[in-house]
Amino acid sequence: MGVDALPQATPVLQVDGLVKRFGGLVAVDRVSLEVNAGEVVGLLGDNGAGKSTLIKMISGVYAPDEGTIWFDGQPVPTTSPREARDAGIETIYQDLALAENMNAGDNIFMGREPTHRHLGLFRFVDRKQMALESAHILDRLDIRLPAPQEKIRNLSGGQRQAVAIARAIYWNAKLVIMDEPTAALGVLEQRKVYELVRALKSQGVPVIIISHNLADIFAVADRIIVMRRGRKVGDLQATQTRPEEIVSLMVGADEVEALPPAITN
Amino acid sequence: MIVRRIQALTSRAQGWRSSSGRHLWAVGVRAWSWIFLVCLVVYFSVLAPGFLTITNFQSVGVASAQNLIVALGETFVVISGGIDLSAGYLMGLSSVVSAVIMRELYPSGISLLILMPLAMGTALLVTVTAGATSGLIISKLKVPAFIATLGMLGICRGIALILTGGPPVGGQPPPLGAIGNGYLFYHGPSGGWSLGSAPVVAQDQLRQVQGFIPNMVSLAAVVVLVCYVVLSRTLFGQHTYAVGGNPEAARRAGIQVDRHIVKIYALSGLLAGIAGQMYVMRFTSGSAVAGEPLLLTAIAAVVIGGASLYGGEGTIWGTVIGALIIAVLETGFVIQGINPFYQYIAVGSVIIIAVLIDQFRGRLVVKEGPAHGS
Repeated sequence: MGVDALPQATPVLQVDGLVKRFGGLVAVDRVSLEVNAGEVVGLLGDNGAGKSTLIKMISGVYAPDEGTIWFDGQPVPTTSPREARDAGIETIYQDLALAENMNAGDNIFMGREPTHRHLGLFRFVDRKQMALESAHILDRLDIRLPAPQEKIRNLSGGQRQAVAIARAIYWNAKLVIMDEPTAALGVLEQRKVYELVRALKSQGVPVIIISHNLADIFAVADRIIVMRRGRKVGDLQATQTRPEEIVSLMVGADEVEALPPAITN
Repeated sequence: MIVRRIQALTSRAQGWRSSSGRHLWAVGVRAWSWIFLVCLVVYFSVLAPGFLTITNFQSVGVASAQNLIVALGETFVVISGGIDLSAGYLMGLSSVVSAVIMRELYPSGISLLILMPLAMGTALLVTVTAGATSGLIISKLKVPAFIATLGMLGICRGIALILTGGPPVGGQPPPLGAIGNGYLFYHGPSGGWSLGSAPVVAQDQLRQVQGFIPNMVSLAAVVVLVCYVVLSRTLFGQHTYAVGGNPEAARRAGIQVDRHIVKIYALSGLLAGIAGQMYVMRFTSGSAVAGEPLLLTAIAAVVIGGASLYGGEGTIWGTVIGALIIAVLETGFVIQGINPFYQYIAVGSVIIIAVLIDQFRGRLVVKEGPAHGS
């Protein structure tokens, strides 16, 4: 079991003893975790369990009060979302952060538009390159839009999610974090999102999925991390656990008995 | 494999067809504004003799030029999701600043080649600074654009009135008026053409000199072209749509949203300042209330042009059409001899109808949208 024999086992993301306090509230309490290449990790927890705060520290939105984040062998500066993204951490928020008045290409390249012909003050947007490159990346992920120039406003929820994922991939994400990716989707579109997650995995890109939905997590996750009241209370292989166990960890083992069956999905 | 590829291609082709059809339809519904403009021109040409003449068309162009320039700045602001109520009074302040400088310094015998750029540059610097200040208040201090620019409106109006003491600022260098009311070409009574300046003719032949392409129209055309390129081709324009469409997404994507908003209000200030300079050249005077009539007509032109006050939508050509519709209505009513007060009712009705048509169009697109989805 020498390290040399398993170079790929070096974690892409390594989080050590992360703490975040808001006033007197400890939102995240000494959480450590690892994510390996090509691994899909489900992050579960009830409202207020600290999932979002943890993710926002990893993606550079919040600076941790204690602890370290190592990404790709480097310490993450933890100061700005921009730096985290430049390092290869792409976060797809629940609201997808798409401009509905613009098309897929505009959104994929938003803030990083290719330009040409510097004419004094003016930098011209290279629309041809944007159209070509975005068509290419959408093709690679087998995403079909009604038309390349279609505005996001006219796309379905699944197509929007696909554009947001395509944006992350295009910029060579080394880690994709997805916040409730299937929250507003129909069953068929949920499946499409699972396919996209698997496509990411097959390209060696690890994914962290935050979800309330156990079906989501069990459909795609290799490993499941459960949080409760700011602490990590479980870190299990998906094949070696059952939804009941996860729920009992999420709500606390003592309380699970009292819950009606419907809540356990 | 090949079959799958063909299936993919055909499904894409179908997607293309239905959606480009929809685009045509959407463009068609927006084309109502062009059609409406043409109908207005035809209507007044038939009912108002004297409307369908080169002289009148040129005067429509001159009359709409200042409103158009202010409206172009407003277009950027509205697309970014804001509004600039101060633009009209920034225009007045601009005219007053340069008019006061020229009135005071012209008698000293200073060359106009120095005096004019000095006066106009100072005026534009003032309006750009005022616009940028509004932008800072909106982006950094999170004051709603409506409030911040309403405040700036009052401040600019006050400063302009203090500078003038109330009445218009006269005593301007005469060549100024020659530029402001001049034409690119002239056709003399002897049949000759001259470029740039009017031919020298006897007093009784003066009425036979016909000018073509007023300078103010040329200037407006250049500004329109520059604004068109900036909005539709450059990074600045692209980011303006992004900020208006989803400011939070733009911020997360690394666009410096606050700085962009400051630039947009500064641009609006610059364009209002240019409109003020056009006023000084046309009327050889500056006035604190020069832009008062434009306070809302500029916003009206933008709205008739299809821009959404929720941000993210709008085009330069839309605004040009909007400004022309307003100008044709105003001039047509005057020539037809209708009480000019009716023009307010007409323009007001057009604003409401324009927004209703665009809402109807939006509903069509939304209704059809999900058909392509799940």
